[in-house]
Amino acid sequence: MIRYLIRRVLYAVPIALAVGFVCFMLVQIAPGDPINAIVPPDAPGDVVEQVRREYGLDKPLPVQFGIWLMKVAQGDLGRSLATGRTVWSDLSTAIGNTLLLAAAAALLGFALGCILGGLAGTFRGSLLDRVAVGTAVAGVSVPHYWLGMVLVVIFSVQLNWLPAMGAGPGGSADWSWDWEQVKHLILPAVTLSVIPMGIVTRTVRGIVAEIMNQEFVVALRGKGLTRRGVFLHVVKNAAPNALAVMGLQLGYLMGGSILVETVFSWPGTGLLLNNAIFQRDLPVLQGTILVLAMFFVALNLVVDLMQTALDPRIRRA
Amino acid sequence: MSMTTTTAPQTAAEAELAVQARQAPVRSQGYWAGVWKRLRRDPVTIACALILLLMFLAIVFAPLLAPHDPYQGSMLRRLRAIGTPGYLLGTDELGRDMLTRLLYGGRLSWFMGIVPVAIAFVVGTVLGVLAGYAGGKVNMAIMRVTDVFYAFPSVLLAVAISGALGAGILNAILALTLVFIPPIIRVAESVTTGVRSLDFVDAARASGAGAFTVVRVHVLGNVLGPIFIYATSLISVSMILASGLSFLGLGTKPPEPEWGLMLNTLRTAIYVQPWVAVLPGACIFVTSICFNLLSDGLRQAMDVKG
Repeated sequence: MIRYLIRRVLYAVPIALAVGFVCFMLVQIAPGDPINAIVPPDAPGDVVEQVRREYGLDKPLPVQFGIWLMKVAQGDLGRSLATGRTVWSDLSTAIGNTLLLAAAAALLGFALGCILGGLAGTFRGSLLDRVAVGTAVAGVSVPHYWLGMVLVVIFSVQLNWLPAMGAGPGGSADWSWDWEQVKHLILPAVTLSVIPMGIVTRTVRGIVAEIMNQEFVVALRGKGLTRRGVFLHVVKNAAPNALAVMGLQLGYLMGGSILVETVFSWPGTGLLLNNAIFQRDLPVLQGTILVLAMFFVALNLVVDLMQTALDPRIRRA
Repeated sequence: MSMTTTTAPQTAAEAELAVQARQAPVRSQGYWAGVWKRLRRDPVTIACALILLLMFLAIVFAPLLAPHDPYQGSMLRRLRAIGTPGYLLGTDELGRDMLTRLLYGGRLSWFMGIVPVAIAFVVGTVLGVLAGYAGGKVNMAIMRVTDVFYAFPSVLLAVAISGALGAGILNAILALTLVFIPPIIRVAESVTTGVRSLDFVDAARASGAGAFTVVRVHVLGNVLGPIFIYATSLISVSMILASGLSFLGLGTKPPEPEWGLMLNTLRTAIYVQPWVAVLPGACIFVTSICFNLLSDGLRQAMDVKG
């Protein structure tokens, strides 16, 4: 067990390095001289030369990667070309907002998915099952940026109940649980929750249906255990795999919120990325992608370790 | 499968695929007849196939069907409502006929949605079968590189690559192809590893067949089905992502009609003609859900588990 733990943590190191390399290459594959991605176009010539030396852009690629890696390891993600501020200063507030949105969407999607999937798996072949499966297929097939627009049309334009854009007066940095704030969160969170809802419904349905077919469930019923008792046994067996899928979904929500954030002008990492793409602000693009991908790598690690700890059936050495 | 499961470790699904491949179905002469028989009894799949066929014909014959010019607008008839005489589905923010733009827009949306999956299917199958059949160091090298791409959420990877390369149809297709190759490699590797350990492969090798012959004659026939089904399940995601990239301004450029881009330019019109503004998204939704259900139906009819 301890051995597996150490090995799994160590395995994350080359993955993290490789992810860093891919992010480093993003600026290299961008058309034009990479130096233009670091200094503003109107910088004087001697400044350009100085930066070129500082970043080692006159040196071979592996050396450049090393220099970049050292800077990143010290928390230096460079400066935004558009604003001149450090990338991290903009990114840190944006991450808070994205985390808030992703957490709300995850909570909603996971709760709905577990209920729908659990019921569908228990009553397989019933009308309820078909409704749940249909909802799940619709959830994963809907272009969520379009769903966001439709919700805005209904709840903002026609009914005028909820705001169409922004994160409210405080954002996540100054978040309070009053209606003025919460109502900004509702539409983006609902929009973002449909994908995890669909996937969790499918997964939980599959897991529960498989467990219900096992002999121990029949035995528990046979000995006269209450419905609630059987239910608890099923939950205990389904939890490790279901939790693993949900953990990864949280990562996808963090990385995949760009389209929803664009629709609702939610001031998170997605909007930051969108602006960076528009202004060809490559340091911001690179820094944001790097931080989100690293978050995902860490999450993967945590999910793996958690699953191993939770499920004694998984014996890893 | 969905946008987010594309790169999710489909461990359960992949494991089942491997098991299924290991049990290598003995396909009698009537395999395709059986598939067709099962398909005919599945009204949902048939309906989806028909809808997709109709859409395909409509966008192919767009020049014949479209009542107006897709680029010709007029400031005098901007944002007309659905049902306006002569403009059945209304007009967009520049006064161009919506029905015409939707018909022409489907061409690029379908193209950008299907081509990445098709390329990824070919490349991913070659690399995955190679990794699964060769094993050892080759497997190690291919699968570890695949792991790195799995460390990115799929939407983020697509946005990152096309964002760095800059806007453009080819760049968007390239980005999406790179997103879909790793999951196809994983499925292909897993089914090939399953088939490779079967006795008939050993028998073929023992009888002196070269590696290429064994793969071509004995392996491909048993692995292509599951990989193909998996690839079709990616088309739905690919359509959403491709239009999503255009929606972000990373795909095609105005005034070219494309569903995702149309949705973007019509965003400001939701206060004037909300139901006209959401039409392109409805087209993406219908296409995506039909491809998803069609893939599910094919999976069942072809008896591929996963």
